[in-house]
Amino acid sequence: MSGLAPPAVRVRAATGSAGGRSGSLGWMALPALAIFVAFGLVPLVGVLALSFTRWDGIGAIHPAGLDSWRTVLTDPGLPHALWVTFLVMALSWAFQTPMSLLIGVFLAGRQRYREFLAVLYVIPLLLSSAAIAITYKALLDPNFGLGAGLGLPFLVQDWLGRSGLALGVVVFVVSWQFIPFHALIYQGAVRQIPVTLYEAAQIDGAGRIRQFLSITLPQLKYTIITSSTLMVVGSLTFFDLIFVLTEGGPGDATRVLALDMYKRGFQANLMGPASAIAVILVLAGLALALLLQRLGGRDASASQLEGA
Amino acid sequence: MSTRAAAGWRFNVLGGAAGWLWLVIGVVPIYWIVITSLKSRSTYYAQNPLAPPTDPTLENYRSVIESDFARYFLNSVVVTAGAVVPAVAVSFMAAYAVVRGSAGSRFLRSVNVLFLMGLAIPLQATIIPVYLIIIRLHLYDTLLAIILPSIAFAVPLSVLVLANFIRDVPRELFESMRMDGATEWGTLWHLAFPLTRPALVTVSIYNGLTIWNGFLLPLILTQSPEQRTMPLALWTFQGEYGVNVPAVLASVVLATLPILALYALGRRQLLSGLTLGLGK
Repeated sequence: MSGLAPPAVRVRAATGSAGGRSGSLGWMALPALAIFVAFGLVPLVGVLALSFTRWDGIGAIHPAGLDSWRTVLTDPGLPHALWVTFLVMALSWAFQTPMSLLIGVFLAGRQRYREFLAVLYVIPLLLSSAAIAITYKALLDPNFGLGAGLGLPFLVQDWLGRSGLALGVVVFVVSWQFIPFHALIYQGAVRQIPVTLYEAAQIDGAGRIRQFLSITLPQLKYTIITSSTLMVVGSLTFFDLIFVLTEGGPGDATRVLALDMYKRGFQANLMGPASAIAVILVLAGLALALLLQRLGGRDASASQLEGA
Repeated sequence: MSTRAAAGWRFNVLGGAAGWLWLVIGVVPIYWIVITSLKSRSTYYAQNPLAPPTDPTLENYRSVIESDFARYFLNSVVVTAGAVVPAVAVSFMAAYAVVRGSAGSRFLRSVNVLFLMGLAIPLQATIIPVYLIIIRLHLYDTLLAIILPSIAFAVPLSVLVLANFIRDVPRELFESMRMDGATEWGTLWHLAFPLTRPALVTVSIYNGLTIWNGFLLPLILTQSPEQRTMPLALWTFQGEYGVNVPAVLASVVLATLPILALYALGRRQLLSGLTLGLGK
């Protein structure tokens, strides 16, 4: 009886899968697959193909071999755009991570007023990047902005007209927009940490700082990696905010990769080189995601070793 | 004892200081947006920027609304609804298929891997070929040009999130439905859909916000004023009314009102949507 049951069930399951179930299930996946292939995968392959062409975005597309790649790889604009992208990525990560972590831990407290604060914190997330950029342009206007109006010398500077300052503004505004997001992630993660860990630590005489360093941070390891991955890979695709805020200026001071691609393609009408930049964007995104995943993976292995 | 108390006190100050400081930094620009949008141009130039308006006026809102704002608003509603509803519907079906069928179907396992890979494709990187495809389909400068790519880019993440929720439904429930003779479509509709409703709301909100606030697709795939969506209209207002800051900020407020209303009505769902359930 017990010996007979598994084979019978397996045979029936296999038959079922081979028959109607698998068929109708396959059909269910087709609409999503079709639209994703048409506007996601085909363009992904297409951008690689276009990087070997000469096209102005309007007329005919001509094969051009490696011309676009030669143009892009020999242009000093590319390493500059890579450097700016890296700076925005690194600086915004360095600012956002400790700030989000502190705020997330703070908001995870159960006091009612923190619930109220959490309501206010989230509002920057609701605004579009275009709206945020427009607001900050007006706020930072040296003649009529906040600084001039309040008579604060520090604020009365040409924030968006000087290279170093403009880059700082970009990092700050990006952080302003996204810190609430990451704080929410940390808040949720902190609330998952067992209270018993803190109670045990208190019995051992650990103070708040020791508890934070010994319990909170280690417990948030994977959350930090998740949050950091989203920040880092996300920063590769910053376009809206920077385009509206600075258009990559002054000069090329804030011209990140995504903006470089747009300007080459849709302003200079050089779709071939722009496509090459797009391919670089994809490769950079994949590389970063894999790198961060490996960091996470190593921790997972270490975790297993500790468990064993 | 005193050492421990001191340590606790210091940490509380640090966390609290960061929290309160960022609250101020977060709220001041928003406060400034609102009060400035209620000032006339002359008041704006004359008054302390952080002072509430002495003579609040709605003239800025009136002038924004008279500038075809309703058209842009409607365009955004059409694009957002036109993309979110199909995106969530097809993603839900695909997520169900992937969860229920991967064990017995190489095709569905491949589909799952494909969507996972799709998470790594930045919209920005594919915008040039998308532009080419849209031109070839003769859809350039239409709202459908924004809707179709928006659906495509919403699918991978939506499938991933919805699949995770469907996996949490006990297998026994699916088996009992099958024993009762239910088709897969029947099981999808009568079992998976009711149980997955919270996740569908979450995914809808996330995609809705992303698409409502989207700027790049409208920028590249539309050009005439009749086809503008809200974020693009804000940018255009800035260009046209650049010197009239109060009016520009009034347009910012109007563009954000629907989301604020949604926030007021369903804060928890909205927060869940914003973080795709990562934050609770």
